[in-house]
Amino acid sequence: MTKRPGLRLDRKALEGVLTTAAAIVLALLIGAVLMALSNESVIDSMGYFFSYPWDFFSRSFDVVTTSYGALLDRSLGSGEGLANTLNRSAPLICAGLGVSLAFRAGLFNIGAQGQIILGTLAASYVGFTWDLPGPILLLTSVLAGVLAGALWGGIAGLLKAATGTHEVISTIMLNQIASFGVLAYALGELKSFQRPDDDLGLPQSPPVPDAAAFPEVLGVHMGVLLSLVAAAVVWWLLTRSTLGFELRSVGANPDASRTAGMSTAKVFILTMVIAGGLSGLAATMMINGDQASNNASLVGSVGFDAITVALLGRGTPLGSVLAGFLFGILAVGGGAMQTTSAGTAPEVVQVIQSLIVLFVAAPAIVRWIVRQRRKEPTSTFAAKGVSA
Amino acid sequence: MQLQIQGLTRRFGDFVANDAIDLTIEPGEIHCLLGENGAGKSTLMNMLYGLLEPSEGQILLDGEPVTFASPKDAINAGIGMVHQHFMLVPVFTVAENVMLGREGGPVLNRGAAAQRVRDLSDRYGLRVDPKALVEDIPVGVQQRVEILKALANDAKVLILDEPTAVLTPQEIDELMGIMRELKAQGTSIIFITHKLREVKAVGDRISVIRRGKIVGTAEPTATEAELAEMMVGRAVKLTVDKDAAEVGAPVLEARNITIIDPRGHEVVKDVSFEARAGEVLGIAGVQGNGQTELIKSLLGLIRPSAGEIMLDGDDIGRYGPRRSLEAGIGYIPEDRSHDGYVSSFSVRENLVLDLYRSPEFSNGPALKLAEIERNADDRIQEFDIRTTSRETPVGSLSGGNQQKVVVAREFSRPLKVLIASQPTRGVDVGSIEFIHKRIIAERDRGTAVIIVSTELDEIFALADRIAVMYDGRIVDTVSPDIEREQIGLLMAGAGGAEGGAA
Repeated sequence: MTKRPGLRLDRKALEGVLTTAAAIVLALLIGAVLMALSNESVIDSMGYFFSYPWDFFSRSFDVVTTSYGALLDRSLGSGEGLANTLNRSAPLICAGLGVSLAFRAGLFNIGAQGQIILGTLAASYVGFTWDLPGPILLLTSVLAGVLAGALWGGIAGLLKAATGTHEVISTIMLNQIASFGVLAYALGELKSFQRPDDDLGLPQSPPVPDAAAFPEVLGVHMGVLLSLVAAAVVWWLLTRSTLGFELRSVGANPDASRTAGMSTAKVFILTMVIAGGLSGLAATMMINGDQASNNASLVGSVGFDAITVALLGRGTPLGSVLAGFLFGILAVGGGAMQTTSAGTAPEVVQVIQSLIVLFVAAPAIVRWIVRQRRKEPTSTFAAKGVSA
Repeated sequence: MQLQIQGLTRRFGDFVANDAIDLTIEPGEIHCLLGENGAGKSTLMNMLYGLLEPSEGQILLDGEPVTFASPKDAINAGIGMVHQHFMLVPVFTVAENVMLGREGGPVLNRGAAAQRVRDLSDRYGLRVDPKALVEDIPVGVQQRVEILKALANDAKVLILDEPTAVLTPQEIDELMGIMRELKAQGTSIIFITHKLREVKAVGDRISVIRRGKIVGTAEPTATEAELAEMMVGRAVKLTVDKDAAEVGAPVLEARNITIIDPRGHEVVKDVSFEARAGEVLGIAGVQGNGQTELIKSLLGLIRPSAGEIMLDGDDIGRYGPRRSLEAGIGYIPEDRSHDGYVSSFSVRENLVLDLYRSPEFSNGPALKLAEIERNADDRIQEFDIRTTSRETPVGSLSGGNQQKVVVAREFSRPLKVLIASQPTRGVDVGSIEFIHKRIIAERDRGTAVIIVSTELDEIFALADRIAVMYDGRIVDTVSPDIEREQIGLLMAGAGGAEGGAA
């Protein structure tokens, strides 16, 4: 029959891209309003708004352009900034891929955070204790991170397959165990995880030696390339492999999948293992990429931002890469806003990130806003139809 | 109220789902809308109910043009709809369901609601207990609740979308009685169906819709053959052409199967039968008498608590679905949208849903995309699957074409046993004929065929031997030469309580 895919599908995909773009623009606009309203000089100008409104608008405009300008300048304006942004994006992309993959199998993987924490512990432990020649040490350290993440994810998959435990519950609990159990124990009790020369009182591990670090080119470490390779592999897995076929089928209709002879248990376990492995890869971006010391705040909120990245990326590998990059820009550039004359708080970036996801998760809001502008031509058309 | 439709057209992109439809429904008339699946019946009704905006044309009520932006507008104008899938809250009572959405103030008045339900049911002869929980009452009674809901909104025109698809023969008779009563009280009814016999039994006028157009109007005196011909555009045989079966050795033997459902009820009780090569074994019975569970256990979806299932001498009772399929069982599930296909998957993907791991379509980890595409093109042609392309999601095809996807898939590998449950439920006449032919062809190739159907017509047309199930047991196995009345008695529990089966 015909070679090209159905028209409906194309239109749906296009609509998805447009809704996402609209969500980002809308969030940036609301972010702009917040910046203006939180700025002292703008608030001052509101005191005499009715006698001289121009001040309010010009100052607001200044604040917004200065802030967003600084954000873009810091994150993309220089080679160094761009390298920094790419390095920051890499863990978001990897962990976002893990969450996306699980989405496609119908699993809501909230556990990227815990999986990353386990990954950092394994990668750094192997990196700074094992005595292996250069490239092999790097490889083992990275593998250890990936495997630890995979193991932590796999537990949630196994629990779901064997006992039917909902993955949202189990991954949240595994996050807590990873953070307050495993990580706290390692940093607090294990001698090897404490820097010998530590006199700050803050328990933290030594960074991995240079031999276990990703090579850098122009400030961009090799992990960035790895994250793109991971995206390509996930794309292949989803669209070209038998496992991906099962994964998507189970995600869309587990009953029909079971009737067709698929094992949902196998899919749940493997998906969570791979998703956890991707989170573990994200962990190596910090340990082997940034050569960071492992401490209680190293991972920050990357595991939760990954959920946001996956939502914004609509569960597709390419979407995760783009969303991860966008969040990298916001993360790197956000701090720059405070040091400008506008003095905008970097927390605005967090609000913008959350708004984007809110709008993506509630496409009805965006569609409603877009439709308000399209309403007129539609009703004219309908009126014509009736009079005809 | 008179409902008039003038030149109503609805396009989806290039596809014209409804093409300049003209129709007039007089007050107190039962107007039957007869058409194959995918002919455009649902599109038309969705426009009447405010769910779809017409591309062209208009709707007139008593001569006044109206536009419906939402079902609320349609309801306020006096149009009521009973969907094929009920829109009821199972844990609410009948009265609560009827007043749902019309609570009228912050305080629920259960007493008044129950009284209203009682008044309406007295007036129209719809027997329902207002205090019963919807989840506890049979499907036929749930449908009455749906009708009551519409009547409580003062519906003057009632749209019944394939109302008989889910009913037992007795319930169908009762529904027809209700329809006549409503008509006597001045309500107009649009009765959507593809069952010719029902149309003749209850309709005042019959409009036949095909490929988005009204192709003709007929009186109920028209013969079934005439109506069928109008529907599919050619003469259709309602019986299946087949030679006498050349019965071979038993292929599948079920021995003393007992199944206990999750709630602890024994739903299949010590059932034994054998399916023989080159023969169609029909399993007849009113729905809910254990057929569903029995069939699922043959594939390994449910594990029987006792008994064994032998396939060519091997015990497959402990096999999962995958091993059963690989052992040569073909399986067409009872509820295709639930178990038969993945609606967001394309036709191409659904055609290999249980074949993708075979060497033909994969080399282990990777799929052979070119082979899967070629397979899709071949099957679409061979089974005449009407789809815009092989990439179209199966969920957007008509019921008949969805079933053809499932059937095409199961017939595309060598089978020892074919198990088909309700193979033509919700399928148009043209596709029924096609699917029946393929089933008989499979039989003639020496496959053992097991057909489960609640449609006696289908059982009689296909089966060489009929096993009748009642209350979890096979009560008798008979030849298709037997009188229909006798099968009916067996289906009702061999002369037991009549009319009580539901």
